[in-house]
Amino acid sequence: MTKERASPIRTTVLPALILAVALALPFLVPQYYVQFASKVLILGVLAMALNLVVGQGGLVSLCHAAFFGLAGYVLALLSPKYDPASLLLTLPAAVIAAGAVALVIGALALRTRGVYFIMVTLAFGEMLFYLFHDADFAGGSDGAFINAKPELVIAGVRLLDLDKPLVFYFVVLAVTIGAVGLLTMLVRSPFGHALAAARDNERRARALGFPIFRIRLIAFTLSGALAGLAGYFAAIQFGFVAPQMLGWHQSAVALVMVLIGGLSTVTGPLIGALVLLGLEEVLKATFEQWKLIEGIIVIAIVLLLPNGVRQLWPMAVGEADPKPARDDKVAPSPARAPETGHA
Amino acid sequence: MTALLQAERLEAFYGASQILHGIDLTVARGEQIALIGRNGMGKTTLLRSLMGLVPACRGQRLLHGDDIAGAQPDAIARRGVALVPEGRGVFGALTVVENLIMAARPGRDGRATWTLPRIFELFPRLAERRGHGGHQLSGGEQQMLTIGRALMTNPELLLIDEATEGLAPLVAQEIWRTLGVIRREGVATIVVDKDFRSLSAIADRMVMLAKGVVVFDGPPAKLAAQPELLERHLGV
Repeated sequence: MTKERASPIRTTVLPALILAVALALPFLVPQYYVQFASKVLILGVLAMALNLVVGQGGLVSLCHAAFFGLAGYVLALLSPKYDPASLLLTLPAAVIAAGAVALVIGALALRTRGVYFIMVTLAFGEMLFYLFHDADFAGGSDGAFINAKPELVIAGVRLLDLDKPLVFYFVVLAVTIGAVGLLTMLVRSPFGHALAAARDNERRARALGFPIFRIRLIAFTLSGALAGLAGYFAAIQFGFVAPQMLGWHQSAVALVMVLIGGLSTVTGPLIGALVLLGLEEVLKATFEQWKLIEGIIVIAIVLLLPNGVRQLWPMAVGEADPKPARDDKVAPSPARAPETGHA
Repeated sequence: MTALLQAERLEAFYGASQILHGIDLTVARGEQIALIGRNGMGKTTLLRSLMGLVPACRGQRLLHGDDIAGAQPDAIARRGVALVPEGRGVFGALTVVENLIMAARPGRDGRATWTLPRIFELFPRLAERRGHGGHQLSGGEQQMLTIGRALMTNPELLLIDEATEGLAPLVAQEIWRTLGVIRREGVATIVVDKDFRSLSAIADRMVMLAKGVVVFDGPPAKLAAQPELLERHLGV
Protein backbone atom coordinates (compact mmCIF):
# COMPACT_ATOMS: atom_id res chain seq x y z
CA MET A 1 0.00 0.00 0.00
CA THR A 2 1.46 3.28 -1.10
CA LYS A 3 3.71 5.07 1.32
CA GLU A 4 4.24 8.77 1.32
CA ARG A 5 5.31 11.18 4.00
CA ALA A 6 1.97 12.14 5.52
CA SER A 7 1.48 15.13 7.78
CA PRO A 8 1.25 14.64 11.58
CA ILE A 9 -2.42 15.66 11.29
CA ARG A 10 -3.02 12.67 9.10
CA THR A 11 -1.01 10.19 11.14
CA THR A 12 -1.85 11.24 14.68
CA VAL A 13 -4.49 13.93 15.12
CA LEU A 14 -7.05 12.52 12.69
CA PRO A 15 -6.98 8.92 13.99
CA ALA A 16 -7.17 10.21 17.59
CA LEU A 17 -10.15 12.36 16.67
CA ILE A 18 -11.92 9.49 14.91
CA LEU A 19 -11.28 7.21 17.90
CA ALA A 20 -12.65 9.85 20.30
CA VAL A 21 -15.81 10.20 18.19
CA ALA A 22 -16.19 6.40 18.02
CA LEU A 23 -15.87 6.11 21.82
CA ALA A 24 -18.32 8.94 22.48
CA LEU A 25 -20.83 7.93 19.80
CA PRO A 26 -23.08 5.64 21.91
CA PHE A 27 -23.60 8.46 24.40
CA LEU A 28 -24.50 11.00 21.73
CA VAL A 29 -26.89 9.23 19.35
CA PRO A 30 -30.03 7.03 19.64
CA GLN A 31 -29.60 3.25 19.98
CA TYR A 32 -30.55 2.66 16.34
CA TYR A 33 -27.43 4.48 15.21
CA VAL A 34 -25.26 2.56 17.70
CA GLN A 35 -26.46 -0.65 16.04
CA PHE A 36 -25.86 0.93 12.64
CA ALA A 37 -22.31 1.85 13.69
CA SER A 38 -21.72 -1.77 14.84
CA LYS A 39 -22.85 -2.99 11.41
CA VAL A 40 -20.49 -0.53 9.69
CA LEU A 41 -17.56 -1.72 11.81
CA ILE A 42 -18.33 -5.41 11.18
CA LEU A 43 -18.63 -5.00 7.42
CA GLY A 44 -15.62 -2.67 7.56
CA VAL A 45 -13.54 -5.50 9.07
CA LEU A 46 -14.76 -7.79 6.26
CA ALA A 47 -13.76 -5.18 3.65
CA MET A 48 -10.35 -4.59 5.30
CA ALA A 49 -9.75 -8.34 5.37
CA LEU A 50 -10.63 -8.57 1.68
CA ASN A 51 -8.33 -5.64 0.93
CA LEU A 52 -5.32 -7.54 2.28
CA VAL A 53 -5.54 -9.78 -0.78
CA VAL A 54 -7.06 -7.27 -3.23
CA GLY A 55 -5.12 -4.11 -2.40
CA GLN A 56 -1.89 -5.50 -1.03
CA GLY A 57 -1.83 -8.77 -2.94
CA GLY A 58 -3.48 -7.73 -6.22
CA LEU A 59 -5.79 -10.77 -6.07
CA VAL A 60 -9.48 -10.05 -6.60
CA SER A 61 -11.36 -12.64 -4.57
CA LEU A 62 -15.08 -13.22 -4.94
CA CYS A 63 -15.40 -15.80 -2.16
CA HIS A 64 -14.71 -13.80 0.99
CA ALA A 65 -18.38 -13.77 1.91
CA ALA A 66 -18.10 -17.56 2.13
CA PHE A 67 -15.60 -17.20 5.00
CA PHE A 68 -17.78 -14.48 6.53
CA GLY A 69 -20.92 -16.62 6.38
CA LEU A 70 -19.18 -19.85 7.31
CA ALA A 71 -18.03 -18.38 10.64
CA GLY A 72 -21.60 -17.27 11.31
CA TYR A 73 -22.84 -20.80 10.60
CA VAL A 74 -20.17 -22.27 12.91
CA LEU A 75 -21.58 -20.13 15.71
CA ALA A 76 -25.15 -21.14 14.85
CA LEU A 77 -24.28 -24.85 14.73
CA LEU A 78 -22.26 -24.78 17.97
CA SER A 79 -24.88 -22.79 19.90
CA PRO A 80 -27.29 -24.73 22.14
CA LYS A 81 -30.92 -24.20 21.11
CA TYR A 82 -31.93 -21.91 23.95
CA ASP A 83 -28.78 -21.33 25.99
CA PRO A 84 -25.88 -19.06 25.16
CA ALA A 85 -22.74 -20.59 23.71
CA SER A 86 -19.31 -19.91 25.14
CA LEU A 87 -17.58 -17.05 23.34
CA LEU A 88 -14.20 -18.49 24.34
CA LEU A 89 -15.01 -21.71 22.47
CA THR A 90 -17.09 -20.54 19.53
CA LEU A 91 -15.04 -17.49 18.50
CA PRO A 92 -11.76 -19.41 17.95
CA ALA A 93 -13.70 -22.28 16.34
CA ALA A 94 -15.40 -19.91 13.87
CA VAL A 95 -12.19 -18.07 13.00
CA ILE A 96 -10.16 -21.29 12.66
CA ALA A 97 -12.87 -22.88 10.47
CA ALA A 98 -12.93 -19.83 8.18
CA GLY A 99 -9.13 -19.77 8.04
CA ALA A 100 -8.91 -23.51 7.34
CA VAL A 101 -11.40 -23.29 4.47
CA ALA A 102 -9.52 -20.24 3.13
CA LEU A 103 -6.29 -22.29 3.28
CA VAL A 104 -7.82 -25.09 1.19
CA ILE A 105 -9.49 -22.75 -1.32
CA GLY A 106 -6.37 -20.59 -1.51
CA ALA A 107 -4.11 -23.60 -2.08
CA LEU A 108 -6.13 -24.42 -5.20
CA ALA A 109 -7.19 -20.97 -6.42
CA LEU A 110 -3.75 -19.36 -6.09
CA ARG A 111 -2.46 -21.68 -8.81
CA THR A 112 -4.40 -19.50 -11.25
CA ARG A 113 -3.96 -15.84 -12.21
CA GLY A 114 -6.05 -12.81 -13.18
CA VAL A 115 -9.58 -13.44 -14.36
CA TYR A 116 -9.20 -17.18 -13.74
CA PHE A 117 -8.47 -16.51 -10.07
CA ILE A 118 -11.65 -14.43 -9.86
CA MET A 119 -13.69 -17.19 -11.50
CA VAL A 120 -12.22 -19.96 -9.32
CA THR A 121 -12.90 -18.00 -6.10
CA LEU A 122 -16.41 -17.24 -7.34
CA ALA A 123 -16.97 -20.95 -7.99
CA PHE A 124 -15.74 -21.98 -4.52
CA GLY A 125 -17.89 -19.29 -2.90
CA GLU A 126 -20.97 -20.51 -4.75
CA MET A 127 -20.17 -24.12 -3.80
CA LEU A 128 -20.28 -23.16 -0.13
CA PHE A 129 -23.43 -21.09 -0.71
CA TYR A 130 -25.25 -24.07 -2.23
CA LEU A 131 -23.91 -26.42 0.44
CA PHE A 132 -25.68 -24.39 3.12
CA HIS A 133 -28.63 -23.56 0.85
CA ASP A 134 -29.45 -27.14 -0.07
CA ALA A 135 -28.34 -29.15 2.98
CA ASP A 136 -30.69 -29.59 5.93
CA PHE A 137 -28.11 -29.63 8.71
CA ALA A 138 -28.06 -25.82 8.96
CA GLY A 139 -31.64 -24.97 8.13
CA GLY A 140 -31.31 -25.04 4.34
CA SER A 141 -32.55 -21.97 2.48
CA ASP A 142 -34.38 -20.76 5.63
CA GLY A 143 -31.14 -20.32 7.54
CA ALA A 144 -30.75 -20.77 11.29
CA PHE A 145 -31.47 -18.67 14.37
CA ILE A 146 -29.03 -17.94 17.18
CA ASN A 147 -31.55 -17.64 20.00
CA ALA A 148 -29.07 -16.66 22.71
CA LYS A 149 -25.99 -14.58 22.02
CA PRO A 150 -22.71 -16.14 23.16
CA GLU A 151 -21.38 -15.05 26.51
CA LEU A 152 -17.99 -14.65 28.07
CA VAL A 153 -18.02 -16.37 31.43
CA ILE A 154 -14.87 -16.85 33.48
CA ALA A 155 -15.02 -18.57 36.91
CA GLY A 156 -18.80 -18.26 36.92
CA VAL A 157 -18.68 -14.50 36.33
CA ARG A 158 -20.37 -13.19 33.22
CA LEU A 159 -17.92 -10.63 31.84
CA LEU A 160 -19.71 -9.62 28.65
CA ASP A 161 -23.40 -9.38 27.86
CA LEU A 162 -23.51 -9.07 24.08
CA ASP A 163 -27.30 -8.69 24.22
CA LYS A 164 -26.74 -5.08 25.26
CA PRO A 165 -26.16 -2.95 22.13
CA LEU A 166 -23.72 -0.71 24.00
CA VAL A 167 -21.53 -3.64 25.14
CA PHE A 168 -21.76 -5.21 21.69
CA TYR A 169 -20.72 -1.92 20.06
CA PHE A 170 -17.62 -1.57 22.26
CA VAL A 171 -16.62 -5.19 21.69
CA VAL A 172 -16.95 -4.72 17.92
CA LEU A 173 -15.01 -1.44 18.16
CA ALA A 174 -12.20 -3.25 20.02
CA VAL A 175 -12.21 -6.00 17.38
CA THR A 176 -12.01 -3.36 14.63
CA ILE A 177 -9.10 -1.57 16.32
CA GLY A 178 -7.36 -4.93 16.72
CA ALA A 179 -7.95 -5.73 13.04
CA VAL A 180 -6.57 -2.33 11.97
CA GLY A 181 -3.51 -2.88 14.19
CA LEU A 182 -2.90 -6.39 12.87
CA LEU A 183 -3.31 -5.39 9.23
CA THR A 184 -1.10 -2.30 9.64
CA MET A 185 1.60 -4.45 11.22
CA LEU A 186 1.31 -7.00 8.40
CA VAL A 187 1.40 -4.40 5.64
CA ARG A 188 4.47 -2.69 7.15
CA SER A 189 6.33 -5.95 7.77
CA PRO A 190 8.72 -7.58 5.28
CA PHE A 191 5.87 -10.04 4.66
CA GLY A 192 3.60 -7.18 3.53
CA HIS A 193 6.34 -5.71 1.36
CA ALA A 194 6.90 -9.08 -0.31
CA LEU A 195 3.15 -9.41 -0.93
CA ALA A 196 3.08 -5.95 -2.54
CA ALA A 197 6.19 -6.76 -4.55
CA ALA A 198 4.52 -9.91 -5.92
CA ARG A 199 1.50 -7.80 -6.88
CA ASP A 200 3.72 -5.28 -8.72
CA ASN A 201 5.86 -7.89 -10.46
CA GLU A 202 5.66 -11.52 -9.50
CA ARG A 203 8.69 -12.65 -11.51
CA ARG A 204 10.97 -10.01 -10.01
CA ALA A 205 9.76 -10.80 -6.51
CA ARG A 206 10.58 -14.46 -7.09
CA ALA A 207 13.99 -13.52 -8.47
CA LEU A 208 14.62 -11.76 -5.14
CA GLY A 209 14.07 -15.06 -3.38
CA PHE A 210 10.48 -14.75 -2.16
CA PRO A 211 8.35 -17.92 -2.18
CA ILE A 212 5.39 -16.12 -3.72
CA PHE A 213 2.84 -18.93 -3.58
CA ARG A 214 3.45 -19.46 0.14
CA ILE A 215 3.32 -15.73 0.90
CA ARG A 216 0.05 -15.33 -1.01
CA LEU A 217 -1.43 -18.41 0.64
CA ILE A 218 -0.62 -17.07 4.12
CA ALA A 219 -2.19 -13.71 3.20
CA PHE A 220 -5.29 -15.41 1.78
CA THR A 221 -5.66 -17.60 4.87
CA LEU A 222 -5.24 -14.68 7.29
CA SER A 223 -7.66 -12.64 5.23
CA GLY A 224 -10.20 -15.49 5.29
CA ALA A 225 -9.83 -15.89 9.07
CA LEU A 226 -10.35 -12.15 9.56
CA ALA A 227 -13.43 -12.25 7.32
CA GLY A 228 -14.62 -15.09 9.56
CA LEU A 229 -14.10 -12.89 12.63
CA ALA A 230 -16.38 -10.28 11.05
CA GLY A 231 -18.92 -12.96 10.13
CA TYR A 232 -19.00 -14.26 13.70
CA PHE A 233 -19.99 -10.84 15.04
CA ALA A 234 -22.43 -10.26 12.17
CA ALA A 235 -24.22 -13.49 13.17
CA ILE A 236 -24.37 -12.30 16.79
CA GLN A 237 -25.74 -8.92 15.79
CA PHE A 238 -28.50 -10.23 13.56
CA GLY A 239 -29.19 -13.36 15.65
CA PHE A 240 -29.64 -15.21 12.41
CA VAL A 241 -27.61 -16.77 9.62
CA ALA A 242 -28.78 -17.44 6.07
CA PRO A 243 -27.06 -18.77 2.93
CA GLN A 244 -27.13 -15.24 1.49
CA MET A 245 -24.35 -14.36 3.93
CA LEU A 246 -22.06 -16.64 1.89
CA GLY A 247 -23.22 -15.60 -1.58
CA TRP A 248 -21.26 -13.77 -4.26
CA HIS A 249 -23.49 -10.72 -3.83
CA GLN A 250 -22.14 -10.21 -0.31
CA SER A 251 -18.58 -10.64 -1.66
CA ALA A 252 -19.29 -8.04 -4.33
CA VAL A 253 -20.64 -5.60 -1.71
CA ALA A 254 -17.39 -5.97 0.26
CA LEU A 255 -15.43 -5.38 -2.95
CA VAL A 256 -17.42 -2.20 -3.63
CA MET A 257 -16.57 -1.01 -0.11
CA VAL A 258 -12.89 -1.62 -0.86
CA LEU A 259 -13.13 0.32 -4.13
CA ILE A 260 -15.02 3.22 -2.54
CA GLY A 261 -12.56 3.47 0.35
CA GLY A 262 -9.48 2.91 -1.78
CA LEU A 263 -7.13 -0.02 -2.21
CA SER A 264 -3.99 1.72 -1.04
CA THR A 265 -4.55 1.99 2.71
CA VAL A 266 -5.51 -0.34 5.55
CA THR A 267 -8.43 1.75 6.83
CA GLY A 268 -9.74 2.89 3.43
CA PRO A 269 -12.21 -0.04 3.17
CA LEU A 270 -13.57 0.83 6.64
CA ILE A 271 -14.37 4.30 5.34
CA GLY A 272 -15.80 2.64 2.22
CA ALA A 273 -18.16 0.61 4.44
CA LEU A 274 -19.27 3.79 6.23
CA VAL A 275 -19.85 5.62 2.93
CA LEU A 276 -21.77 2.75 1.28
CA LEU A 277 -23.95 1.86 4.28
CA GLY A 278 -24.48 5.55 5.12
CA LEU A 279 -25.49 6.21 1.54
CA GLU A 280 -27.98 3.35 1.70
CA GLU A 281 -29.49 4.72 4.93
CA VAL A 282 -29.98 8.18 3.48
CA LEU A 283 -31.23 7.05 0.07
CA LYS A 284 -33.62 4.41 1.47
CA ALA A 285 -35.38 7.05 3.53
CA THR A 286 -35.62 9.47 0.62
CA PHE A 287 -36.15 7.63 -2.67
CA GLU A 288 -38.19 4.66 -3.75
CA GLN A 289 -35.71 3.72 -6.49
CA TRP A 290 -32.76 4.15 -4.13
CA LYS A 291 -30.67 1.31 -5.54
CA LEU A 292 -30.56 3.01 -8.95
CA ILE A 293 -29.31 6.24 -7.40
CA GLU A 294 -26.85 4.36 -5.21
CA GLY A 295 -25.44 2.64 -8.30
CA ILE A 296 -24.95 5.92 -10.12
CA ILE A 297 -23.18 7.43 -7.09
CA VAL A 298 -20.89 4.39 -6.72
CA ILE A 299 -19.98 4.57 -10.44
CA ALA A 300 -19.28 8.31 -10.06
CA ILE A 301 -17.02 7.71 -7.03
CA VAL A 302 -15.06 4.96 -8.81
CA LEU A 303 -14.64 7.10 -11.95
CA LEU A 304 -13.83 10.41 -10.27
CA LEU A 305 -11.85 9.08 -7.31
CA PRO A 306 -9.89 6.06 -8.57
CA ASN A 307 -7.98 5.93 -5.26
CA GLY A 308 -11.19 6.00 -3.23
CA VAL A 309 -12.81 8.67 -1.08
CA ARG A 310 -9.61 8.97 0.96
CA GLN A 311 -8.27 10.76 -2.10
CA LEU A 312 -10.40 13.72 -0.97
CA TRP A 313 -8.23 14.24 2.11
CA PRO A 314 -5.00 15.38 0.40
CA MET A 315 -7.14 17.49 -1.95
CA ALA A 316 -8.86 19.09 1.06
CA VAL A 317 -5.66 19.92 2.94
CA GLY A 318 -3.47 20.60 -0.08
CA GLU A 319 -1.04 17.63 0.28
CA ALA A 320 0.46 16.51 -3.02
CA ASP A 321 2.71 13.70 -4.16
CA PRO A 322 6.23 14.83 -4.95
CA LYS A 323 7.01 14.80 -8.66
CA PRO A 324 9.37 12.14 -10.04
CA ALA A 325 12.98 13.27 -9.97
CA ARG A 326 15.08 13.99 -13.02
CA ASP A 327 18.46 12.44 -13.63
CA ASP A 328 20.09 15.79 -14.31
CA LYS A 329 19.75 16.41 -10.56
CA VAL A 330 21.79 13.32 -9.74
CA ALA A 331 25.27 14.47 -8.85
CA PRO A 332 28.19 12.18 -9.64
CA SER A 333 29.87 10.61 -6.66
CA PRO A 334 33.07 12.29 -5.51
CA ALA A 335 34.72 8.87 -5.70
CA ARG A 336 36.96 8.23 -8.70
CA ALA A 337 35.27 6.83 -11.78
CA PRO A 338 36.89 3.96 -13.70
CA GLU A 339 39.11 4.84 -16.60
CA THR A 340 36.54 4.12 -19.25
CA GLY A 341 37.77 6.65 -21.72
CA HIS A 342 34.43 8.35 -21.98
CA ALA A 343 31.80 9.98 -19.78
CA MET B 1 38.45 -25.38 -6.45
CA THR B 2 34.79 -25.63 -7.46
CA ALA B 3 33.56 -22.88 -9.78
CA LEU B 4 30.82 -20.65 -8.41
CA LEU B 5 28.64 -21.29 -11.43
CA GLN B 6 29.03 -23.75 -14.24
CA ALA B 7 26.72 -24.10 -17.22
CA GLU B 8 27.27 -26.83 -19.78
CA ARG B 9 25.46 -27.33 -23.08
CA LEU B 10 22.79 -24.91 -21.94
CA GLU B 11 19.84 -24.66 -24.31
CA ALA B 12 16.79 -22.42 -23.86
CA PHE B 13 13.53 -22.19 -25.74
CA TYR B 14 10.63 -19.76 -26.02
CA GLY B 15 7.85 -21.93 -27.39
CA ALA B 16 9.16 -23.57 -30.56
CA SER B 17 12.04 -21.08 -30.92
CA GLN B 18 15.42 -22.16 -29.65
CA ILE B 19 17.33 -19.14 -28.30
CA LEU B 20 20.42 -20.70 -26.69
CA HIS B 21 22.26 -23.48 -28.54
CA GLY B 22 24.56 -25.25 -26.09
CA ILE B 23 26.22 -22.51 -24.02
CA ASP B 24 29.24 -23.43 -21.88
CA LEU B 25 30.02 -20.84 -19.22
CA THR B 26 32.00 -20.95 -16.00
CA VAL B 27 32.08 -18.17 -13.40
CA ALA B 28 34.76 -18.18 -10.69
CA ARG B 29 34.24 -16.56 -7.29
CA GLY B 30 34.65 -12.79 -7.45
CA GLU B 31 35.06 -12.80 -11.24
CA GLN B 32 33.53 -10.00 -13.31
CA ILE B 33 32.29 -11.11 -16.70
CA ALA B 34 31.01 -8.87 -19.46
CA LEU B 35 28.38 -10.52 -21.64
CA ILE B 36 28.26 -8.84 -25.03
CA GLY B 37 26.60 -9.28 -28.40
CA ARG B 38 24.10 -7.60 -30.67
CA ASN B 39 20.41 -7.38 -29.78
CA GLY B 40 18.52 -10.67 -29.96
CA MET B 41 21.62 -12.87 -29.60
CA GLY B 42 20.47 -14.43 -26.30
CA LYS B 43 22.21 -12.35 -23.59
CA THR B 44 19.05 -11.66 -21.58
CA THR B 45 17.83 -15.22 -22.11
CA LEU B 46 21.14 -16.55 -20.76
CA LEU B 47 20.83 -14.44 -17.59
CA ARG B 48 17.19 -15.45 -17.19
CA SER B 49 18.06 -19.12 -17.71
CA LEU B 50 20.74 -18.95 -15.01
CA MET B 51 18.14 -17.38 -12.69
CA GLY B 52 15.61 -20.14 -13.41
CA LEU B 53 13.21 -17.77 -15.15
CA VAL B 54 13.11 -19.69 -18.45
CA PRO B 55 11.12 -22.87 -17.84
CA ALA B 56 12.09 -24.53 -21.11
CA CYS B 57 15.80 -25.13 -20.50
CA ARG B 58 18.11 -28.07 -21.13
CA GLY B 59 21.67 -28.71 -20.07
CA GLN B 60 23.59 -28.71 -16.84
CA ARG B 61 23.68 -25.78 -14.42
CA LEU B 62 25.75 -26.15 -11.26
CA LEU B 63 25.82 -23.55 -8.48
CA HIS B 64 28.44 -24.19 -5.77
CA GLY B 65 28.67 -27.64 -7.38
CA ASP B 66 24.98 -28.37 -6.80
CA ASP B 67 22.61 -29.02 -9.68
CA ILE B 68 20.11 -26.15 -10.03
CA ALA B 69 18.47 -27.30 -13.27
CA GLY B 70 14.72 -27.16 -12.65
CA ALA B 71 15.11 -25.09 -9.45
CA GLN B 72 12.64 -22.24 -8.97
CA PRO B 73 13.95 -18.64 -9.16
CA ASP B 74 13.29 -18.00 -5.45
CA ALA B 75 15.34 -21.09 -4.53
CA ILE B 76 18.21 -19.99 -6.79
CA ALA B 77 18.05 -16.48 -5.27
CA ARG B 78 18.29 -17.92 -1.77
CA ARG B 79 21.41 -19.79 -2.85
CA GLY B 80 23.22 -16.56 -3.57
CA VAL B 81 22.29 -15.35 -7.07
CA ALA B 82 20.66 -11.94 -7.61
CA LEU B 83 19.29 -10.49 -10.83
CA VAL B 84 19.09 -6.81 -11.79
CA PRO B 85 16.64 -7.10 -14.66
CA GLU B 86 16.46 -5.02 -17.81
CA GLY B 87 14.01 -2.17 -17.32
CA ARG B 88 14.88 -1.99 -13.61
CA GLY B 89 11.79 -3.23 -11.82
CA VAL B 90 11.59 -1.31 -8.60
CA PHE B 91 8.36 -1.90 -6.71
CA GLY B 92 6.61 1.41 -7.28
CA ALA B 93 4.22 1.18 -4.35
CA LEU B 94 7.05 0.73 -1.85
CA THR B 95 9.43 3.42 -0.63
CA VAL B 96 13.15 3.33 -1.29
CA VAL B 97 13.81 1.97 2.21
CA GLU B 98 11.06 -0.65 1.90
CA ASN B 99 12.39 -1.76 -1.50
CA LEU B 100 15.77 -2.29 0.15
CA ILE B 101 14.85 -3.86 3.48
CA MET B 102 12.34 -6.26 1.94
CA ALA B 103 15.23 -7.97 0.16
CA ALA B 104 17.62 -7.94 3.14
CA ARG B 105 19.05 -11.27 4.17
CA PRO B 106 22.50 -12.52 5.13
CA GLY B 107 24.64 -14.32 2.60
CA ARG B 108 25.15 -18.08 2.57
CA ASP B 109 28.02 -17.66 5.03
CA GLY B 110 25.67 -15.90 7.46
CA ARG B 111 27.40 -12.53 7.01
CA ALA B 112 25.61 -9.35 5.94
CA THR B 113 28.25 -7.37 4.07
CA TRP B 114 25.65 -5.24 2.34
CA THR B 115 23.40 -3.42 4.77
CA LEU B 116 21.12 -0.42 4.47
CA PRO B 117 23.79 2.10 5.62
CA ARG B 118 26.27 0.49 3.24
CA ILE B 119 23.88 0.85 0.29
CA PHE B 120 23.23 4.47 1.21
CA GLU B 121 27.00 5.00 1.37
CA LEU B 122 27.28 3.47 -2.11
CA PHE B 123 24.39 5.54 -3.48
CA PRO B 124 24.06 8.77 -1.42
CA ARG B 125 21.25 9.85 -3.74
CA LEU B 126 19.09 6.97 -2.46
CA ALA B 127 19.62 8.12 1.12
CA GLU B 128 18.23 11.52 0.16
CA ARG B 129 15.20 9.86 -1.44
CA ARG B 130 14.72 7.18 1.23
CA GLY B 131 11.08 8.06 1.99
CA HIS B 132 9.96 8.42 -1.62
CA GLY B 133 7.94 5.82 -3.46
CA GLY B 134 9.67 3.78 -6.16
CA HIS B 135 7.40 5.34 -8.79
CA GLN B 136 8.67 8.80 -7.84
CA LEU B 137 12.29 8.06 -8.73
CA SER B 138 14.14 9.01 -11.88
CA GLY B 139 15.45 6.29 -14.21
CA GLY B 140 18.94 6.55 -12.74
CA GLU B 141 17.70 6.39 -9.19
CA GLN B 142 15.60 3.37 -10.07
CA GLN B 143 18.66 1.60 -11.45
CA MET B 144 20.62 2.45 -8.28
CA LEU B 145 17.75 1.13 -6.19
CA THR B 146 17.53 -2.09 -8.21
CA ILE B 147 21.27 -2.71 -7.84
CA GLY B 148 21.08 -1.79 -4.13
CA ARG B 149 18.14 -4.13 -3.61
CA ALA B 150 19.99 -6.99 -5.29
CA LEU B 151 23.05 -6.33 -3.08
CA MET B 152 20.86 -6.41 0.05
CA THR B 153 20.42 -10.14 -0.59
CA ASN B 154 24.21 -10.42 -0.06
CA PRO B 155 24.69 -12.42 -3.25
CA GLU B 156 27.80 -14.24 -4.40
CA LEU B 157 26.79 -13.81 -8.04
CA LEU B 158 25.11 -10.69 -9.39
CA LEU B 159 23.52 -10.75 -12.85
CA ILE B 160 23.02 -7.25 -14.28
CA ASP B 161 21.07 -6.87 -17.51
CA GLU B 162 21.57 -3.64 -19.47
CA ALA B 163 23.40 -1.92 -16.63
CA THR B 164 23.31 1.62 -18.04
CA GLU B 165 20.71 1.52 -20.82
CA GLY B 166 18.80 4.77 -21.15
CA LEU B 167 20.74 6.50 -18.38
CA ALA B 168 22.28 9.98 -18.55
CA PRO B 169 26.11 9.89 -18.95
CA LEU B 170 26.74 11.10 -15.40
CA VAL B 171 24.46 8.43 -13.96
CA ALA B 172 26.01 5.76 -16.19
CA GLN B 173 29.42 6.82 -14.83
CA GLU B 174 28.06 6.37 -11.31
CA ILE B 175 26.90 2.83 -12.17
CA TRP B 176 30.32 1.87 -13.61
CA ARG B 177 31.98 3.20 -10.46
CA THR B 178 29.61 1.07 -8.38
CA LEU B 179 30.44 -2.04 -10.38
CA GLY B 180 34.08 -1.43 -9.48
CA VAL B 181 33.21 -1.30 -5.78
CA ILE B 182 31.14 -4.49 -6.06
CA ARG B 183 34.04 -6.24 -7.74
CA ARG B 184 36.45 -5.19 -4.98
CA GLU B 185 34.03 -6.69 -2.44
CA GLY B 186 34.48 -10.06 -4.14
CA VAL B 187 30.98 -10.39 -5.60
CA ALA B 188 31.07 -12.21 -8.93
CA THR B 189 29.10 -10.42 -11.65
CA ILE B 190 27.86 -11.02 -15.15
CA VAL B 191 27.15 -7.63 -16.72
CA VAL B 192 25.25 -7.07 -19.94
CA ASP B 193 25.60 -3.66 -21.56
CA LYS B 194 26.14 -2.04 -24.93
CA ASP B 195 29.00 0.18 -23.74
CA PHE B 196 31.88 -1.97 -24.98
CA ARG B 197 34.65 0.40 -23.82
CA SER B 198 33.36 0.64 -20.24
CA LEU B 199 32.84 -3.11 -20.07
CA SER B 200 36.39 -3.72 -21.35
CA ALA B 201 37.72 -1.46 -18.60
CA ILE B 202 36.07 -3.30 -15.72
CA ALA B 203 35.74 -6.94 -16.83
CA ASP B 204 38.06 -9.83 -16.11
CA ARG B 205 36.60 -11.74 -19.03
CA MET B 206 34.49 -10.96 -22.07
CA VAL B 207 31.95 -13.49 -23.31
CA MET B 208 30.46 -12.75 -26.72
CA LEU B 209 27.22 -14.33 -27.91
CA ALA B 210 25.99 -14.62 -31.48
CA LYS B 211 22.75 -16.40 -32.32
CA GLY B 212 22.71 -18.21 -29.01
CA VAL B 213 26.29 -19.52 -29.26
CA VAL B 214 29.46 -18.35 -27.47
CA VAL B 215 31.79 -17.00 -30.17
CA PHE B 216 34.43 -15.57 -27.83
CA ASP B 217 35.40 -16.19 -24.21
CA GLY B 218 38.57 -14.58 -22.92
CA PRO B 219 40.25 -11.49 -21.48
CA PRO B 220 39.36 -8.03 -22.86
CA ALA B 221 42.84 -7.49 -24.30
CA LYS B 222 42.56 -10.69 -26.37
CA LEU B 223 39.21 -9.57 -27.78
CA ALA B 224 40.55 -6.09 -28.55
CA ALA B 225 43.24 -7.78 -30.63
CA GLN B 226 40.59 -9.34 -32.89
CA PRO B 227 39.04 -6.34 -34.70
CA GLU B 228 37.36 -8.59 -37.30
CA LEU B 229 35.41 -10.35 -34.53
CA LEU B 230 34.31 -7.03 -33.04
CA GLU B 231 33.34 -5.74 -36.48
CA ARG B 232 31.35 -8.89 -37.34
CA HIS B 233 29.51 -9.35 -34.04
CA LEU B 234 29.36 -5.89 -32.48
CA GLY B 235 29.87 -3.46 -35.36
CA VAL B 236 32.60 -1.56 -33.48
